[in-house]
Amino acid sequence: MSDIHTVGVVGAGVMGTGLAQALAQTGHRVLLVDRTKEILAAAERTIAQGLRFGRVLGAKGPKEDRRTVLGRIGLTTDYEGFDQADFVIENITEDWGLKKGVYERLDAVCPERTVFAANTSVIPITRIGAATSRPDRVLGMHFMNPVPLKPTVEMIRGHHTSAATVDTARTLLSQLGKEGILVEDSPGFVTNRVLMLTVNEAVYLVHEGVAGAEEVDRIFKTCFGHTMGPLETADLIGLDTILQSVEGLYTAFSDSKYRPCPLLVRMVDAGLLGRKSGQGFYNYATTLA
Amino acid sequence: MTTADHKPQILAFLAQFFGEHRLTDDEDIFATGFVNSLFIMQLVLFVEGEFDITVDDDDLEMANFNTVRAIDALVTRKRAAVGAAAQHS
Repeated sequence: MSDIHTVGVVGAGVMGTGLAQALAQTGHRVLLVDRTKEILAAAERTIAQGLRFGRVLGAKGPKEDRRTVLGRIGLTTDYEGFDQADFVIENITEDWGLKKGVYERLDAVCPERTVFAANTSVIPITRIGAATSRPDRVLGMHFMNPVPLKPTVEMIRGHHTSAATVDTARTLLSQLGKEGILVEDSPGFVTNRVLMLTVNEAVYLVHEGVAGAEEVDRIFKTCFGHTMGPLETADLIGLDTILQSVEGLYTAFSDSKYRPCPLLVRMVDAGLLGRKSGQGFYNYATTLA
Repeated sequence: MTTADHKPQILAFLAQFFGEHRLTDDEDIFATGFVNSLFIMQLVLFVEGEFDITVDDDDLEMANFNTVRAIDALVTRKRAAVGAAAQHS
């Protein structure tokens, strides 16, 4: 497989912006698509901040001018340039109706050779593949947040995903300085089958008054040596995404152990989505109260 | 102005995130378990907004932000530089 130059990134939310940054920092031409110019402008600001803070947070690699890196990212609301994409990574909200529409559009605008990777956390890759005319060139690539700092990606092989597609994805990961761990298709894969249940159960502990968010997280960090506790992780991912993922698992397995905690539902209803909204289980203020 | 103590404002900001815990000037705020390394982003944006300074890339080091004393020293140094530049202009 030859080098992958141009990568389409669909969805400029938490994952899409991190991914666009990581790709641009490793020399790729990036096409970042979302619904509105406002979302894309906000994404560009987020990426600029990500570049600014990358080094202090432990990013490796050569130091490059921020404008040079940002210059590799093209912003579009209509998939302009996707006819040149070698590889596309989709990061939109965990809503099957929306995802299906995106894949049908990608299938129409991208060349036949283009590989599609779903950076989904719960939706089956096989179902996504079936929405396209190229199920052999569709796989799951579950990047971790913050994407530029995390070395490993969970790769998911759908029912029809070919070995060549897995190889292409590994090539891209190596260009990104990352590695993949391949697993088979199943709702939530490995990561979110366990993580979402853990986060949801941690929310229940807070809901029931067993412990506060700080206590829960400090136990995980100081007793288990985790870098972050489950509720900080939830705030980082976004509570809306956590809820959609838990609901996705609940539907997929028809198992009540995945029932979402009422506190999680209430926080999402209240707009307390975590880091991205400025408040979740923790406060992300940058000013004095 | 440049020799003022900035610690009360810094501590007031940090208190929002540390519950009942009372930070000392030399305690490593990232080793307490209350915040993780990503908190440095909030901290930098706070000192820039609160003290009207710009933290350059060269100053974006954990060592400048991991204790109240280190943050205060950075703010003092930055404000002195701003003051000196203003006097020369």
